[in-house]
Amino acid sequence: MLLGPSLIVSAVLFSLGVAGVLLRRNAIIIFMCVELMLNAVNLSFIAFAQQLGPEGHVIVFFVMAVAAAEAAVGLAIIISIYRFKETVNLQNINLLKG
Amino acid sequence: MQIDLATPGGLALSLLPEIFLVLWGCLVLLVAAWKHSEENATDLVGRISLVGLLGTLAVVWWMWVGDWTAGEFAAMMALDNFRYATSSVFIIASILAVAMSFGYLGRERILIPEYYALMLFGTAGMMFMGGGADLIVIFIGLELMSVCIYVLAGINRRSVFSAEAALKYFLLGAFASAFFLYGIALIYGATGTTNLALIDFQIAASGLNDSVMIMLGVAFLLVGFGFKVGAVPFHMWAPDVYDGSPTPVTAYMATAVKAAGFAALFRILLHGFGNSLEIWQTGVWWLAAITMVLGNLFALAQRNLKRMLAYSSIGHAGYLLVAVASGGAMGASAFIFYIVAYTLMTVGSFTVLSVIGRNGERDVKIDDLSGLASKHPWMAFAMLVFMLSLLGFPGTAGFMGKWYILAAVLKADQLSLAVVLVVASVISAGFYLPVVMAMYMKPTTDADSHRNAITSGAAKWVVIGTALALLVFGVWPNRLADVSANGADNFRQVSPITTPLSTPGAE
Repeated sequence: MLLGPSLIVSAVLFSLGVAGVLLRRNAIIIFMCVELMLNAVNLSFIAFAQQLGPEGHVIVFFVMAVAAAEAAVGLAIIISIYRFKETVNLQNINLLKG
Repeated sequence: MQIDLATPGGLALSLLPEIFLVLWGCLVLLVAAWKHSEENATDLVGRISLVGLLGTLAVVWWMWVGDWTAGEFAAMMALDNFRYATSSVFIIASILAVAMSFGYLGRERILIPEYYALMLFGTAGMMFMGGGADLIVIFIGLELMSVCIYVLAGINRRSVFSAEAALKYFLLGAFASAFFLYGIALIYGATGTTNLALIDFQIAASGLNDSVMIMLGVAFLLVGFGFKVGAVPFHMWAPDVYDGSPTPVTAYMATAVKAAGFAALFRILLHGFGNSLEIWQTGVWWLAAITMVLGNLFALAQRNLKRMLAYSSIGHAGYLLVAVASGGAMGASAFIFYIVAYTLMTVGSFTVLSVIGRNGERDVKIDDLSGLASKHPWMAFAMLVFMLSLLGFPGTAGFMGKWYILAAVLKADQLSLAVVLVVASVISAGFYLPVVMAMYMKPTTDADSHRNAITSGAAKWVVIGTALALLVFGVWPNRLADVSANGADNFRQVSPITTPLSTPGAE
């Protein structure tokens, strides 16, 4: 079966997402990287479900619903900060520190 | 009472408090939409929410007193005392947060009635986290809670600080959720199930104690929880987010959200990995030690009261992690006692801050409290109680809580962690006592300082109630200790399950 390769692809995608979150400074791109991480996990669930039965497939649907809800709230938050700062670059969003 | 989870009626009964709270939240949302434009709509919605929370608390206590159980059944939701105890903590924290919001929202012109509905839905999410017996239920609960808190952090749309807090919390919270989910995927892959009891059984049955996938899975779960509860080194969002959010939301985040994170952590580690302590105990040990020491050291450098309280809550996450590291029923019972005390003292001190400061309370320095004792002696006395309790001074509930945590960790033969806890508490005197000194030993800087301090309304009752409760539980801790021990009951039998549990719906 394709379990091994799928898991490797999933781990690579997840690592790319983590690297993106840590290295990029644009809020939208960071958010995209988080979505990439979630979808990498979905791939793992699908790969495992091939061996372990349908539970994994069900989980993927839950994760997709959660990711959609998070996207709605997250983009609203990004818009609300854009109205103040006219930028979504985290380097310029640094009023809170210390 | 025995609940039969195989029938739809039994399932509905097992979810009674959550169903009640979510339906009430929908009702609150309808009222909020209907009365949106009216001047005092926010207060009306707040009162309705308070009734809903009290009702949910009554349902939870009814189930607790009636001793509802489901027997040996691998369900999605646990029916046990730990769920009832932790649900009560979340609901009490929410009641206090709602009560302290009453005057606050009007004063800061945050006239958004949906605020309270979000608090109700967030509390429902926490109850799923504390009661979930399946990793997926815990994940959904975590997300339900987090999404509500992201919005609450940014609820003040006229404040750029609030928006920045929401953005930071959202990005790091979503990042942490992804780690948490990857941990679930790996554990699911290794054991073939997401049910905590079945995971425990599978690890024992298939000898997965040193499986790399399980190790990695647990490590990812710990990273996810580390972010959510604000443990060092995953704490960097906490001071900024606590600082920028409206103060009642900060109090809610520092107490209820943290309690929910720890409840789920206890549930997962003690039920899912209760017979394989060696997988996670070392990790939690380091997390606890680093969090206690660094959290308290960072707090020393703070001159701003709100940020100081934020770092203090990181230090307290470390104390609670010590209870986790002790890994048994005694640790769980110490956790319940401590989280009650911690909730009371944290909400109390944030309430005092919210009545003294203005505009998000970001500019209140510790020195700004000078002379509070002569202007508002009772408020200063309450703040004294909160600070001494946070410090762990004898005679307050904070001391008894630390005592129980120390007892649990000594019983688990982890002397080193107990020593670190005591040292960290000594460090914490360096930032709690200056608040007391400023209030009692320094004269007021100018004649009209503290003239804005509000000494009426719901906030006053929150301060009085929490301070009194801290003193009562500090002097007579037995009652609360009994309740906590009862709440940790279901972690008492740690013998490995030898027969597979039946799954609902399985042939």
